[in-house]
Amino acid sequence: MVAQHKYLFSETMKNFEEAARYHEEFIKGLWKENPVFVAVLGMCPALAVTNTAINGLAMGGATLFVLTFSSLLVSSFRRYIPKEVRITTFVIIIATFVTIVDFLLQAFLPAIHKELGAFVALIVVNCLILGRQEAFSFKNPIRLAMVDALGMALGFTFALFCLGAIREILGNGSLFGVSLFGPSFEPWIVMILPPGGFLSLGFLLLFFNWLKQRQEQKQSLVYLADTVAEVAEKKDSIISLKRGV
Amino acid sequence: MVEQEQRTGTSSTRMIATLGIAGLFSGLALVAVFLFTRPIIEANQAEALRRAVFQVLPGSSSFQTLEFSNDKLALLSVEQENNAPKSKNPQIYAGYSKSGKLLGFAIPGEEAGFQDKIKAIFGYDPQRRMLIGFEVLDSKETPGLGDKIIKDKYFRTSLTSLEIDPKIVAVKPGQKTAANQVETITGATISSKTVIRLLDKTIRRWLPSINIYLAKQ
Repeated sequence: MVAQHKYLFSETMKNFEEAARYHEEFIKGLWKENPVFVAVLGMCPALAVTNTAINGLAMGGATLFVLTFSSLLVSSFRRYIPKEVRITTFVIIIATFVTIVDFLLQAFLPAIHKELGAFVALIVVNCLILGRQEAFSFKNPIRLAMVDALGMALGFTFALFCLGAIREILGNGSLFGVSLFGPSFEPWIVMILPPGGFLSLGFLLLFFNWLKQRQEQKQSLVYLADTVAEVAEKKDSIISLKRGV
Repeated sequence: MVEQEQRTGTSSTRMIATLGIAGLFSGLALVAVFLFTRPIIEANQAEALRRAVFQVLPGSSSFQTLEFSNDKLALLSVEQENNAPKSKNPQIYAGYSKSGKLLGFAIPGEEAGFQDKIKAIFGYDPQRRMLIGFEVLDSKETPGLGDKIIKDKYFRTSLTSLEIDPKIVAVKPGQKTAANQVETITGATISSKTVIRLLDKTIRRWLPSINIYLAKQ
């Protein structure tokens, strides 16, 4: 009976640990290790196609497709790919999915394909995708690789959407093509031009770094308070011990 | 075997086989997706062209493709139009009204703009020797500035009743005095001048063959 309980307890703990691991791998891409705001990866599409929110989402969606399927294949065949030719194999896999996305966009979303132009083909050289294959998918089981890829791709899409939304609102006075401020609004044309991309990214990086720093300061304050409390407690106990003596 | 590989490194045969298999499956997947999407992509392109032709030739309900080959314009038969791969000879489109009357020609052209080539199509009415419609097919001009060639209503309207004789010319805003003049756009001077140059160059190139074709009809 006790043994059974022990077994069930250890199984539950294992499941908890596994769930926590999946959760952590998923969340890290969205926030802690966000590919754009923290790792500053994939800058070419992040700056070039984010002049509207819908373009940002479309590029994010295309990247999500390529990253998820590439991670699935790389992780599935990781035992069979020789180390020496792994990068070449990753590139073949990534380029295949990029070309598939290119054809599918041309066929089913021609307007979006026209807007994204050459940047769809350039997903092949997005260092985020190659980086995840090398750093994660090649070393981890399929499910973990997929969770990591989904988290990273969604984090990338979120960042591109933020950039696109800011630039569209300020540069065009609209969001998703819907006018927000009426005809009296004078759009800041610079925001939909390349300098607007750099400006928005700069301010967003500043904002996210400020948030991170604040969080770290809070954590260090909590740690400091805990340590002080611990020391005070120890001091009290020593004093009471001494009095007792 | 694994231990031996660890000592001596992976054999070339295994590396070649891995890359060969990856390439083979990649090729197969791409061919399958290409064959699946090609008819849809071609239909999209044909639809975009059809819409543009009807827009630049107001009142037209059908059109036929004319191809320039052997120094003359000739109508393409239905089989030729549907044949793939498409011919690389330059083509224009003759638009007809419901009653079958020739309304004019839709002529595509391109010219180097501020950022990249501007590709456009315009309607030409041979009876009045006028341009009667204009549509940009592809342009990467600066958003908010050069792209006014697409968004500026006054500029676009001025291209829908534009005489081609003696020459289509660009003038500064507010200085238009004749029906063959087009006012450039403030903030999009290079792009609007490119469009005017595109119109004049393209119509001059096509005019002799169009006249010969019409004389034979």
